[in-house]
Amino acid sequence: MIRNVLEHIGGIERYGILSILIFFACYAGMLVWAFLLKKPYLHRMAAKPLEPDSPATSPEETRHE
Amino acid sequence: MNIETFRYDNRIVRAFALATIFWGLVGTLAGLLAACQLFWPDLNLNTPFTTFGRIRPLHTNAVIFAFVGNGMFTGIYYSLQRLCKARMFSDTLSWINFWGWNAIIVAAAVTLPLGLTTSKEYAELEWPIDIAIAVVWVVFTVNLLGTILRRREKHMYVAIWFYIATAITVAVLHIFNSLELPAGAFKSYSIYAGVQDALVQWWYGHNAVAFFLTTPYLGLMYYFLPKASERPVFSYRLSIIHFWALIFVYIWAGPHHLLYTALPDWAQSLGMVFSVMLVAPSWGGMLNGLLTLRGAWDKVRQEPVLKFLVVAVTAYGMATLEGPTLAIKSVNALSHYTDWTIAHVHTGALGWNGFLTFGMLYWLFPRLYNTRLWSTKLANYHFWIGLLGMMFYVVPIYVSGVTQGLMWKQFTADGFLQYGNFLETTIRIIPMHMLRAVGGTLYVVGIVLMWVNLYKTAKSGQFVPETEAQAPALSARPAAPEKKVGGWHGHRWLEGLPVTFTVLVTIAILIGGLVEIIPMYLIKSNVPTIAAVKPYTPLELLGRDLYIREGCVACHSQMVRPFRSETERYGEYSKVGEYVYDHPFLWGSKRTGPDLHRVGGKYPDAWHYNHMENPVNTSPRSIMPRYPWLLTRKLDTNVVQVRMKTLRRLGVPYTDEDIAKAYENMAAQQLRIVQNLKVGMVEADPDREIIALIAYLQRLGTDIKGSPASTAPKLAGP
Repeated sequence: MIRNVLEHIGGIERYGILSILIFFACYAGMLVWAFLLKKPYLHRMAAKPLEPDSPATSPEETRHE
Repeated sequence: MNIETFRYDNRIVRAFALATIFWGLVGTLAGLLAACQLFWPDLNLNTPFTTFGRIRPLHTNAVIFAFVGNGMFTGIYYSLQRLCKARMFSDTLSWINFWGWNAIIVAAAVTLPLGLTTSKEYAELEWPIDIAIAVVWVVFTVNLLGTILRRREKHMYVAIWFYIATAITVAVLHIFNSLELPAGAFKSYSIYAGVQDALVQWWYGHNAVAFFLTTPYLGLMYYFLPKASERPVFSYRLSIIHFWALIFVYIWAGPHHLLYTALPDWAQSLGMVFSVMLVAPSWGGMLNGLLTLRGAWDKVRQEPVLKFLVVAVTAYGMATLEGPTLAIKSVNALSHYTDWTIAHVHTGALGWNGFLTFGMLYWLFPRLYNTRLWSTKLANYHFWIGLLGMMFYVVPIYVSGVTQGLMWKQFTADGFLQYGNFLETTIRIIPMHMLRAVGGTLYVVGIVLMWVNLYKTAKSGQFVPETEAQAPALSARPAAPEKKVGGWHGHRWLEGLPVTFTVLVTIAILIGGLVEIIPMYLIKSNVPTIAAVKPYTPLELLGRDLYIREGCVACHSQMVRPFRSETERYGEYSKVGEYVYDHPFLWGSKRTGPDLHRVGGKYPDAWHYNHMENPVNTSPRSIMPRYPWLLTRKLDTNVVQVRMKTLRRLGVPYTDEDIAKAYENMAAQQLRIVQNLKVGMVEADPDREIIALIAYLQRLGTDIKGSPASTAPKLAGP
């Protein structure tokens, strides 16, 4: 009367493997991505909140990437 | 270069900040009232509106959505404009966001004490309010993305990524968890039933913690911590890893709220594994925050803002180590349903969210009012009183939680439950409840000190409604391609494309959800039906709705886990097929009182009547509140056919005959219960609410006992 629900989901045994694969692919890709970034850019971005509210008129201060 | 002059809108920031301060006190006071009711149940003042089952959701909603929600908007509306070098996209949308959100909170404060609730934790609000939440959230998201698109800063700082993830994910979670079919102006039934409802609810519930209480506040941490310490972020690279890893992993972890329940085992294991993985990104973020203070620790001694922020980040670290620990099945076997979970969430709410909000407000107010903080000394007092309050709050509940867990599982040498009477375990932890209330009082006193300090600060300065700023227009600059000098600039490129970024974030948060939810739908088409499980009779259905109205689920679970300690205490463990007609599920998340899934037939009807009138009649020293109004209020039977029809549309197999004969069926069952009550020397009118509640309680868990519920007339179908 009470059946095992897992027996009735097609390919359920692959869900765990698929989950781990997706996880590692995304995670590894993101790590590679992050470690290839250059330091000057990282330093500039890390200091972004420290920029004063106003006035920020100096081209040097407000220059874009 | 085309330099543009523009103005940051500080009015909206002030409005949200004032709402944060106001709701902070309301939310914690509601919590304090609930905490005191745990050792002094008569503090409900003998009214339904202030009874624990209704006050608890009011407290959780007020703290999460009112206090933290307004705090999040305060910080986002302040930092986003400055990080984008742009005013908010639309002032009108900003104010719709403010008034809409706070109107929703007022609606919650009215409807929850009235017992208008879906019963799903942190999603208790009924369908009209759910629609309003969705609309206001879309307004906020449009305003957020519009501002980002109109920015004058090419790259999006990491805080903005967290804001985008918050906006997208909360919308997805709220919409899918709130899918419900109305059965009246303020009554609805979840479209999901039983195990599906449980999985969607905790996919939502867990990620509400992740994307409402965590990601926006991480964004605020990445903005306000460098601001307050005047130090750049320790590692921007780490912040990238923190962000992507966190949002990708968090969404998978929801099933850890359902370990050892009737949820399929693979989903439980998936939830556990991803929860443990969460330690890595969470601690990466915490360390990034704390290490941002390198070289500035001397300032922490002087500056209360930094003190608050440091404790907030530390509490984040503690909570995010504890969470994965609790998600390990063997630990969860002990901790689940105990106060340990309550202690865990309060480390997060009081420490992480509360202290970060306080630090942010102490930093913001002097700037909004162009003055100095009125009293650094008073802010320091707030810090120490708040910290002491937090310690007094969480430590006793940890003790209480572990005590409960151990007592529930303790067997004698002869193999019997040592504490067979659940009440023994309840009484044992009452001193801990008292200490917890002391901690809560201290925390509230701290908030009052903050009110005084911020009020005086505002009075001593002049409000600056707008701050003028200048920056070159983004579009005015030639579209110079990214230079690729010896390195890859993928993420820099991505940050320049907010729409692409948003799409990637959406994909990242959907993967985990889909992997869990697609199988859930497959389960729906393969529900392991149990032939003996029938829909509730009309009277039982109305009794169940009363159970929902009174918030019984706040203290009682309906899920007997497959442990000997539980089957000995409650009876046969719960099967997934027993819940197929439960819209919504009522498994609960803590046991201040015992599990009720097998309570049907355990006591006579008269026992329930006397117990609801005053629990100490049957259970001396019980801390359950009295429900005398159930004995006198007339049951509203007019709604029953509408409700049965609504449930039929959701798949409950009520036949036309069942619905047509609902009143006849109800009258017969009411009469039988009244007769049973007479045997127990109780005289009762058949049309009172208590009769329906007794019908429901006596039905619970009886389907697979092999005997039909004692009073239930047969339904025609299925």
